[in-house]
Amino acid sequence: MTDALWYFARGSGVVALVLLTVVVALGIGARSGRTAFGLPRFAVSLLHRNAALLAVVFLVLHVVSLLFDPYAQLRLFDVVLPFVGNYRPVWQGLGTLGFDLMVAIVVTSLLRHRIGARAWRAVHWLAYLCWPVALLHGLGTGSDNGTAWLWTVSMICVAVVLAAVAWRLTPNFTRFPHRAERKVAPRLRPLEEVR
Amino acid sequence: MTSVAEAPTVQRRLLAQTGHGPLPTLDASQVVGLARDAGLTGRGGSGFPLWRKLNAVLVSGRPPTIIANGAEGEPASGKDKALLTYQPHLVLDGLQLIARAARASTAYLYVAQPAAFRAVLGSRRDPIPVTLVTAPDAFVAGEESAVAAAVAGRGAVPADKRFRLPDTGTLVQNVETLAHLALIARYGAGWFRTAGTYDEPGTFLATIGGAVAAPGVVEAGYGVPLGDLITAAGGPTAPLAAVLVGGYHGAWVPADPALPISREALSPYGATPGAGVVTALPLGACGLAETARIAGYLADQSAGQCGPCVNGLPRLATTLADLAAFRARPTLPAEVTRLTHLVTGRGACRHPDGTARLIASAMRAFSADVTAHLNGHCLATHTP
Amino acid sequence: MTRLHIDWTACDGRGLCAELLPELLAEDDWGYPMARDGSPSPTVPPALEPNAQRAVDRCPALALHLTREAERPSAPTR
Repeated sequence: MTDALWYFARGSGVVALVLLTVVVALGIGARSGRTAFGLPRFAVSLLHRNAALLAVVFLVLHVVSLLFDPYAQLRLFDVVLPFVGNYRPVWQGLGTLGFDLMVAIVVTSLLRHRIGARAWRAVHWLAYLCWPVALLHGLGTGSDNGTAWLWTVSMICVAVVLAAVAWRLTPNFTRFPHRAERKVAPRLRPLEEVR
Repeated sequence: MTSVAEAPTVQRRLLAQTGHGPLPTLDASQVVGLARDAGLTGRGGSGFPLWRKLNAVLVSGRPPTIIANGAEGEPASGKDKALLTYQPHLVLDGLQLIARAARASTAYLYVAQPAAFRAVLGSRRDPIPVTLVTAPDAFVAGEESAVAAAVAGRGAVPADKRFRLPDTGTLVQNVETLAHLALIARYGAGWFRTAGTYDEPGTFLATIGGAVAAPGVVEAGYGVPLGDLITAAGGPTAPLAAVLVGGYHGAWVPADPALPISREALSPYGATPGAGVVTALPLGACGLAETARIAGYLADQSAGQCGPCVNGLPRLATTLADLAAFRARPTLPAEVTRLTHLVTGRGACRHPDGTARLIASAMRAFSADVTAHLNGHCLATHTP
Repeated sequence: MTRLHIDWTACDGRGLCAELLPELLAEDDWGYPMARDGSPSPTVPPALEPNAQRAVDRCPALALHLTREAERPSAPTR
């Protein structure tokens, strides 16, 4: 029974990482404003959102199973507070950090219309921190590090995200590369009050 | 541009050299009533009734912010600078009237050169303190929501118009409008209506420029014949081809001396008196080249926020420049029409709309020259 | 009467709204939404209100708003 929990925790963790990779790639794809795989733009965006919500489900399963796992000795506050765990505190702490970032990104996304685009976007940039943190956590912690299959999965994830980021940085990333940039004219920036 | 011209039919109210008596203290309903009875409208270009905006501010239930707007970012206009130079007290009187009526704790004067007003403000015993705010030297810096943003300490950037500014408790009034209010408070709404037309009462300040002998600021009642304004500015220096009325966001009208400067008479040309800018184009100057120059300036003056403006105005400007420089294809006029429709109504402010209006009016007013330019020559300059 | 208001200071021309509301919106030369009827804030017929609401919800820049007639923007002034 306890072994089952341990395997389940590892499995759900890997699935969450794969889903996060898909989410990051789809997020970058959605940002391009292009259609993808024959899907319209709004469908790409919905897929991005739903994959993220599914990743949260697997992440919660991953964490909950570890809470009940006698080997992991995960305490409730380890779920929120990074780097204070008993078991490989740094690697496990990365998992906690990734979980916190994920929660922040998802909650602000769900409350997007309340908090406004600016705050939402600022938090959403943390995805570029969340994903590598999750990846390192998977590679460093757990008993699977060093196994060929985990390395293979991880490297495929790395390749996918690196390819997406590289595409993001090319000049032809958006569907209208020749569109003029929207940027407030410097001449309108605030001036000091005189009195 | 700030000389005050003399002419037979122009009137002197704001620009009269006489002193004015003490300013009466009026409550909010009195100010609203006077402005409504007088039919006082905004002199910054919109022509929106002052009393409506003031009323909206009063009922908004928000702490009032009262701003006198003297930014005058329009390069062809000099009337606000002239008024603030010759009659700063009238402007400040009007500002005090409204700020007191609205029970504002502070009033704001938004001008390009605020330092010049420290002495004037210091010489007055105003019940409501006036804060000076620097207006950036930019075309859109005088737009209502840009003014409100600048006073709030942000950039002078136009805001989205989902909520009307007066409903948020902020009143932005052109300095000339406030000066008129200061006179109305002293002499009454009936006196104000003795100038101008029934629909557009009162006088306005016009900035007359271009091919005139003495460019400057002239005061006249609405409905004044165009010829009288030109005469007041020293008369034309050459026979005139057309006149740009309403400034860079205005429209070209025929150089007909009898044409009254009023909303009604100008509407067939898509023009309004606007902020009173009248620029005379002499025969021998190409109206298309002049419009292309202005379009280039306006494209450069976009605040940079809105996609259709940031992309559409430069495209319009280069299309017009191609026409002016005989680089045109036969499909160009249709493309200009398409682009003017494309940018109109698609921005936070009316900068794209005004630019499109000017260009559309040039295509109409100089239609014969459009055809000539498409065939590689210019009717006005006889080039190339 | 419901209108679709576009906040141009926020709109990034990502193109989702024109997909979700093709009856009301097309794209201009640069991918920014353009009302098919040429109006600045197109009227949303009752039958299209659910689709319009979806466009509002899915806009990545939060640039779309449904407004009732009472809060329709008036002519801005300069």
